[in-house]
Amino acid sequence: MAAQTQPGVEEVWGWLSEVPDPEIPVISLTDLGIIRGVEWQGDTLVVRVTPTYSGCPATSVINLDIETALRRHGIEKLRLERQLTPPWTTDWISPEGREKLRAYGIAPPVDGTAADGVLAGRIARMTGTNLKIACPRCGSTHTEGISQFGSTPCKASYRCKDCLEPFDYFKCI
Amino acid sequence: MPSLPDMTTPNVADLAREAAQTASAHPAVPQPDAGQEAFSEMLLRLGDSTLILGHRISEWCGHSPALEEDIALANVALDLIGQTQLWLSLAGEVEGKGRSADDLAYLRDAWDFRNLLICERPNGDFGHTLMRQFLFDAWHHELLKALAASSDPRVAEIAAKAGKEVAYHLERSSDLVVRLGDGTEESHRRMQEALDDLWSYAGEMFIGDAKDAEVAARGIAPDPSSLRAAWDQTLQHVLTEATLQIPEGSFAHKGGKQGIHTEHLGYILSEMQFLQRAYPGASW
Repeated sequence: MAAQTQPGVEEVWGWLSEVPDPEIPVISLTDLGIIRGVEWQGDTLVVRVTPTYSGCPATSVINLDIETALRRHGIEKLRLERQLTPPWTTDWISPEGREKLRAYGIAPPVDGTAADGVLAGRIARMTGTNLKIACPRCGSTHTEGISQFGSTPCKASYRCKDCLEPFDYFKCI
Repeated sequence: MPSLPDMTTPNVADLAREAAQTASAHPAVPQPDAGQEAFSEMLLRLGDSTLILGHRISEWCGHSPALEEDIALANVALDLIGQTQLWLSLAGEVEGKGRSADDLAYLRDAWDFRNLLICERPNGDFGHTLMRQFLFDAWHHELLKALAASSDPRVAEIAAKAGKEVAYHLERSSDLVVRLGDGTEESHRRMQEALDDLWSYAGEMFIGDAKDAEVAARGIAPDPSSLRAAWDQTLQHVLTEATLQIPEGSFAHKGGKQGIHTEHLGYILSEMQFLQRAYPGASW
């Protein structure tokens, strides 16, 4: 009986693509790439979610938002599972998500700027090879890092040397 | 005489277990699997270190010299406390007594904490805090790289996750140690003093005991001493650039991993655990 009323997983993915990220509401949870799986196990819908950062305070809000959205669509038996492997990477942010970030004033992650290793990042920055992060406001790549951390764990603070505006950079991880 | 545990007092839990076993009136206390005990101990050492250091640097929130630094320190604290949640949850799972990460963080007293002593050192000035962070990050980064290849998949996945975050911590603390070490006369002096002060607390990170040997033999975690060479190399590189002198002494304070702490830990716990002590079981 229940099987006949089960919505398909594609439909569920569609619903989840309408749930905004609580910290950056212009992008959805699926844009962010943190929904790692949707499947039916018998009559229970299982949604696997991965955290962006292990201490991200939005995690519990995200779970609550997912649950609220799915219940609104009539899902009764629901289980949210945390999935740590593979660890979340900014590579999973969708192309649409990157555009939405830029339009919102947050520079999207640039490949190859992750702090991978002891000194690679610092050397790259000191030699200027790493300063390719474009200002989301004027597009200039004449920018400088202020701090490896910004208003949320996933962002760094930058400043544009041309238009002089400070901005958030969604750092590569 | 006071009965606080010290270096010569045998483990109280072992004494209790022994007493319970010899007294026929009591049912036998199950002996925990020695290997699992070493495993949960290793997880406590890790989770307690990230918890106590995370709490320590959160004390800077609202007090840092610049807004960006305030935000950065709070974010590093947040990462460390998030990692604590993962390590202590696993510690409770491996221990098998039904204790959650919150139970472990809020309902234990100082002698049950297993953090490294360097994590409970007072913050001192901003330079002192950053130097402590750099010495810790350089070790933490190597440790997580090794743990990402752990024979236990639960450890490996947490380490892989945390390792990405800690790479940023190390990048930031290295940067600032260089900037302040090779900065003004005043900042240089303070950074050198911080390094000299903290040096004798760094060695504990590399000293193993029987429990470390047990988890190393099972491929769960690296032998602590195996992390020293890479750590030395990072220090050599960063501190040379920072124009700072690496101290020569090899004396190392130890005991934190066995529950023998400095006077500072109790003060940290009295603040961190206040709510659960005043209102047991409170949740929101």
